[in-house]
Amino acid sequence: MSIFQFISDFFRDSAHWHGQDGIPHRVLEHLGYSFMALGIAAGLALPVGLVTGHTGRGGNALALIATAARALPSYGLLVLMFFWLGIGLTPVMIPLVALAVPPILLTSYEAMRTVDPAPVDAARGMGMGPAAVLFQVELPVALPLILSGLRSAAIQVVSTTAIAATVSLGGLGRFVIDGLYQRNYETVVGGATLIAGLALAMIALFWLVGRVAVSPGVRGGR
Amino acid sequence: MIQIESVTKRYPDGTTAVDDLSLDIPDGSITVLVGPSGCGKTTTLRMVNRMVEPTSGRILLDGSDITEQPVNALRRSMGYVIQNAGLFQHRTIVDNIATVPRMLGWDRRKARERARELMGRVGLDEALAKRYPYQLSGGQQQRVGVARALAADPPVLLMDEPFSAVDPIVRKSLQAELLRIQQELGKTIVFVTHDIDEAIRIGDMIAVMRTGGRLAQFAPPQELLSSPADEFVEDFLGTDRGIRRLSFFTSDGLALERGPVVAVDAGAEQVARATAAGAPYLLLTDADGKPLGWVAPQDAAGGADKVAVGSLLPYGRPFAAGRESLRDALDCAVLSPTGWAVAVDEQGAVAGVVSQEAIGAAIRSAHAGQREDGPAVPVRTTKAEVAT
Ligand SMILES: Nc1ncnc2c1ncn2[C@@H]1O[C@H](COP(=O)(O)OP(=O)(O)O)[C@@H](O)[C@H]1O
Ligand SMILES: [Mg+2]
Repeated sequence: MSIFQFISDFFRDSAHWHGQDGIPHRVLEHLGYSFMALGIAAGLALPVGLVTGHTGRGGNALALIATAARALPSYGLLVLMFFWLGIGLTPVMIPLVALAVPPILLTSYEAMRTVDPAPVDAARGMGMGPAAVLFQVELPVALPLILSGLRSAAIQVVSTTAIAATVSLGGLGRFVIDGLYQRNYETVVGGATLIAGLALAMIALFWLVGRVAVSPGVRGGR
Repeated sequence: MIQIESVTKRYPDGTTAVDDLSLDIPDGSITVLVGPSGCGKTTTLRMVNRMVEPTSGRILLDGSDITEQPVNALRRSMGYVIQNAGLFQHRTIVDNIATVPRMLGWDRRKARERARELMGRVGLDEALAKRYPYQLSGGQQQRVGVARALAADPPVLLMDEPFSAVDPIVRKSLQAELLRIQQELGKTIVFVTHDIDEAIRIGDMIAVMRTGGRLAQFAPPQELLSSPADEFVEDFLGTDRGIRRLSFFTSDGLALERGPVVAVDAGAEQVARATAAGAPYLLLTDADGKPLGWVAPQDAAGGADKVAVGSLLPYGRPFAAGRESLRDALDCAVLSPTGWAVAVDEQGAVAGVVSQEAIGAAIRSAHAGQREDGPAVPVRTTKAEVAT
């Protein structure tokens, strides 16, 4: 049986389209975990990256933290947290946040560091306060790079959120884990396809956000 | 008036950028800070809007210490223009210009209206209003930078090498534009440059600084050219300061001769009379009095109407009598194949011709006159003409 056969059988089976174990519900669960992890990671990493990049200090410490976080194996961390904290959302969030932090941290730092200093100097010289300089002068120009960091984080998190299923939580990982357990390869392949689809959807989402949020003057200038 | 009183700036690394500098910057005129790279011009300028705080000394604005008012209020009352314009690339041209009015709380419509008005003032086509900075040339961006600094009509304008990054032709037109705007607005402008020619072209007063942040001389340009304070200033002015100084003498007093000028339809008799004026060549003019070219008297003896226009010697570039300087007159004479310069009036008709010798005499008497009267104050219009 070909892989395409698996995929088409999986999506054509009407039993896969409703209920607790249906595709819509699992997709929503998956996105819920992913965006929660992404939100927490952005909440932690964006301010740190933006401030260190803005002041230009602490870049080395930051690179060290990011490299260390990258070296952590997500699945190993999950198992460790599971044995330590038991069943729940927290043991899942910790490895996902650890996964999302490095790209956000590094790109936001880099984005701020590479902002052209001339407009910043001009803005301060015109009497613009520090908050206005950050939000009205630096961020709009740094935005494309910041968004690219968020996008890499989102893609990685969406792909990795499948591990939630190994500690009895939901999400698209359920199809994969349960399918493997029941030797039902149609479900395994179907789940994997959905995960890949969501990762592509992240690319589309961030492309759209970029179109809306980034000024044509910044987009055109590169 | 901006008074810089014994100001010293030492950076944390020990560099003394400005050393005990005192300078009274007069209102309503352009004061240029000029000197070699690293002599402390930028530091001096940035102390005026408190982008840099002096180590010692103080700066007064209209009699009160600039540290007495909130720093951002001070900066909003001073336009600030930097070398590469420093435009906000995410904002349209009109919104870039509207920045300070918006900060001052104007509503968006009024601020944009004001911004469009300023685009006209600095010579920018209003069609560029909705463009972004990357869509503009360097010269246009710099004009936007000037418009942005003028937007809230601040009494003071601080400009740090605003035209240094554009090519010489664009730079000249920006300088001319600045002089024209200044004629209309009469701002107090502090202008930093490392280019002595630019300083002389646009400055009403010039402060020459030397490395180590010390003032070498503070004087109007023509005084700087005629009596440099020391060898450093003399070297910095370059070798042709004598010629450049001529820019400050008007061509008003030149004795223009009309004798050697004949219309193209003049007969033999008129040519004979013109020849009697004693000039080595005759200048032929068309029916409107515009110059056509030079001819040797013997070639036109049969009447100017018999001379083929194609055989005339070119007259080179004419100078505008009275409106251009002795430097322009001399330049025209040197470039002319006959050694005589052609002076034209505002309509471009020949006002007369003048020899190199006569210009030399005028230069000598102008110098003598200046020694008697002291340095003459340059005429604004003359300056604007010189820059164009
Ligand atoms: N932030 C700074 N820290 C240390 N030294 C500085 C700083 N800014 C300027 N300098 C030094 O001060 C001197 C004057 O600099 P600057 O005012 O920029 O000169 P200019 O504008 O005439 O080229 C130079 O030697 C320069 O290296
Ligand atoms: Mg400088």
